[in-house]
Amino acid sequence: MRQEWRTFTSGVWEKEINVRDFIQRNYSPYDGDDSFLEGPTDDTKALWDQVLDLSEEERKKGGVLDMDTKIVSTIISHGPGYLDKSKEKIVGFQTDKPFKRSLQPNGGIRMAVKAAEQYGYTIDPQIVEFYTKYRKTHNEGVFDAYTPEMRLCRSSHIITGLPDAYGRGRIIGDYRRVALYGVDRLIEEKEQRKASTRTTMYSDVTREREELSEQIKALKELKMLGAIYGYDISKPASSFHDAVQWLYFGYLAAVKEQNGAAMSLGRTSTFLDIYAERDLREGKITEKEVQEIIDHFIMKLRLVKFARTPEYNALFSGDPTWVTESIGGVGIDGRHLVTKMSFRYLHTLSNLGTAPEPNLTVLWSRNLPMNFKRFAAKTSIESSSIQYENDDLMRVTHGDDYAIACCVSSMRVGKEMQFFGARANLAKCLLYAINGGVDEISGKQVGPKYRPITSEYLDYDEVMERFHDMMKWLAGVYVNALNIIHYMHDKYCYERLQMALHDDPVKRWFATGIAGLSVVADSLSAIRYAKVRTVRNEQGLVIDYVTEGEFPKYGNDDDRVDSIAYDVVHDFMSYVKGNHTYRRSIPTTSILTITSNVVYGKNTGSTPDGRKAGEPFAPGANPMHHRDSHGAVASLSSVSKLPFRDAQDGISNTFSIIPDALGKDDASIMNGISFSMEPCMACMEPNAADDEMEEE
Amino acid sequence: MRCEKGLIHSIESFGTVDGPGVRMVIFFQGCPLRCLYCHNPDTWKMDRGDEMSADDILSMYEKNRAFYEPRGGITATGGEPLMQLGFLTSLFAEARRRGIHTVLDTSGWLYRKELDSDYDELLSCTNYVLLDIKHSNPQGHIDLTGRTQEPVLAFLSKLDEKHIPTMIRHVSVPGITDSEDELSELGRILAHHDNITGLDVLPYHAMGIRKYHEMDIPYHLEGVPAMARDEARKNRDIIIEAYHKERSRLNLKYGS
Repeated sequence: MRQEWRTFTSGVWEKEINVRDFIQRNYSPYDGDDSFLEGPTDDTKALWDQVLDLSEEERKKGGVLDMDTKIVSTIISHGPGYLDKSKEKIVGFQTDKPFKRSLQPNGGIRMAVKAAEQYGYTIDPQIVEFYTKYRKTHNEGVFDAYTPEMRLCRSSHIITGLPDAYGRGRIIGDYRRVALYGVDRLIEEKEQRKASTRTTMYSDVTREREELSEQIKALKELKMLGAIYGYDISKPASSFHDAVQWLYFGYLAAVKEQNGAAMSLGRTSTFLDIYAERDLREGKITEKEVQEIIDHFIMKLRLVKFARTPEYNALFSGDPTWVTESIGGVGIDGRHLVTKMSFRYLHTLSNLGTAPEPNLTVLWSRNLPMNFKRFAAKTSIESSSIQYENDDLMRVTHGDDYAIACCVSSMRVGKEMQFFGARANLAKCLLYAINGGVDEISGKQVGPKYRPITSEYLDYDEVMERFHDMMKWLAGVYVNALNIIHYMHDKYCYERLQMALHDDPVKRWFATGIAGLSVVADSLSAIRYAKVRTVRNEQGLVIDYVTEGEFPKYGNDDDRVDSIAYDVVHDFMSYVKGNHTYRRSIPTTSILTITSNVVYGKNTGSTPDGRKAGEPFAPGANPMHHRDSHGAVASLSSVSKLPFRDAQDGISNTFSIIPDALGKDDASIMNGISFSMEPCMACMEPNAADDEMEEE
Repeated sequence: MRCEKGLIHSIESFGTVDGPGVRMVIFFQGCPLRCLYCHNPDTWKMDRGDEMSADDILSMYEKNRAFYEPRGGITATGGEPLMQLGFLTSLFAEARRRGIHTVLDTSGWLYRKELDSDYDELLSCTNYVLLDIKHSNPQGHIDLTGRTQEPVLAFLSKLDEKHIPTMIRHVSVPGITDSEDELSELGRILAHHDNITGLDVLPYHAMGIRKYHEMDIPYHLEGVPAMARDEARKNRDIIIEAYHKERSRLNLKYGS
């Protein structure tokens, strides 16, 4: 066995790249409590104070402290940057100093120019010229290929938030591989892959060879990035400190090259615990030092920053990067995956204070150890900064080494990637079905010119028939727009380093999304169970609805309407699946708009459920505001009936509750714990607010 | 004694403050007391609500069992569930048969020795009781609720005899149930029982007032200020101190 792997239990992970096997054979489940945890060191406090000062300066300057306008960011574009070199245990910034945002024009030069301009910076004209005249961007490529129909759908907001002007993100590199194997071994693996591709040069084989070459180049640059900071990361990490630093270099290289809509970290805590346990056992490190290294690592993750437009930030009430880290969960052999490191990660929230990033996500299971549940609950109450997801549900299909990208998209780390696809506005689709494809706001013929509904009162069967036709059309335009987008992203903005940290061949998910589900369910329920009268303008276009009588509303555990919601998701997915998807990716969908539901609502006319034009949709799969009247369990029950099999990319239900409604604290002698559930903040659709921006 | 149908004011699917875990809370219609601070005056009379069977209620529960268990269950509250003793017994018996944890939230006032066999039947399928002791002084009890205190204490003794774990609730109202005497007396009463597992002192709030206006009935505590949470906490300490003193005087072990 290699010297760096001394004392580790052997397994197939030595022969093949297999981090999961390494974890399963070597980790130590921890059932104890939080009493072993250490507070921040003086160095940690000094560094964090420095960060707070810089944050304050950044706020005073209007949100951006510094921005690179001359050097296009690559893995090795910048020299080393430090807060205070003598104190930092984990090093590396995206540029040559902290809080300086990097220039990443490959997604779209106009977005980069606009982001700079709005904060008072000017991109070097030569760079603008270069990316306008000589080097094409992802954005330009997409608009070269879009059909007029796609553009019209986009500007009418029936398809919206598409990643056609910015980095798609949502890809999680297996950054653990850098620490476990060292970069040389990863390069060797990719070289072997390249040597064994098929030999007839079909376009897909050619592309595969080109991509493997790009991945190898990126890995070589990753080694150079280590060297810039004085580390040789060609070999495996041999200590805990190195393991964290190697892993971070992997992640840092990714965010130096990609300004993706969500740049998630993966599932690293239990992996790193194996190294910490070994060093502790060998007496090479103390608990205090272990926590310090983790505090500094998390501090670096908090300082990941991108140059984005103010609209983008306004939409998400902040400057989110979605550095999601998945913690805990249970293994398929029944042992839970909580280690001391799971505690240490959460403990950063008290050592450094609370923060929305990294997005610490506990994979919750009934079978997590009680001590960890209590500690997570306590930390939630103190910090309101932990996200919880249902491991018992996801483990069934995703195994025990998946991680969350963004807020809910799960992928097996290093084995699966996804093509992020924003969402289709199904509420507007229903209005198109009623109006024969004419947009209810602009009056333009956007959809196909199917027969509109001409009766005064809506008939359920008639509406459903038209709605199905219109969904089928929409799925077609939507999927094909995404096919273009991902083709161009691979071509002009390829995630070479992140994909270098994946298996070959990788499983690709084709992620679509649905907005306005509860509006559609309630509208169809109103048409079926009450009477809905149409209100038309002079051109005969239905612009409003009058609903007479009561109807069951989604969110009350009422199967009459909950089954409509189920059918809509299932039927739309069937139409999505009927289309060709880029690179044989597997279609899936999500129902998880979190704040952009406001923007979708703004661009959608009145709907038959009584929602007026411009009013917000409910977020994600939530029932419409104030329509769930039977308490939280009934509301959650409606949501839980949605078909996860069709919507494996995630179903979200934003749920806020006042602490007093969650149970008693010390007022009772009962043995209870209370949970603080913070709504997940926002899901990435940066240009949902701003769809026309990048149109030529 | 059993009864097929009950008159139910409403059902809350997500209750977290009426017993352990997440619970389905069933509000029974009808109440014999007229507590001055009552915030559910719409549950007083048997003049509204939905007729439901035990199966109607428990199938709602079972559909969403995953949300409630392993720690939660159902809680019968009101109104006063003992107003519909027959139906309450049917509901709890059926719940027990289905393995569902039952909590009874009551003032206990309807308990009568003559009905002992009916109460034995009910308590044989009751896991836990939240007993609301309105006032520790007999006259105070009458002034506050319009009814005597004696049956409440008799019910507490009955629960003790049946070893039913019981949490005591006490609403602390400024000027009515917040004096040193009143609180200490409650502590002394509790000290004579071995089945008490918790004490919850709830600060008075005036949020029920809106319902009184809507129903056009007078609200007798108009102008009484809400009690601060810290104040209620202090009052709880007074009760507990008196409880411990009385326990040592009785030379008994602390609460089991």
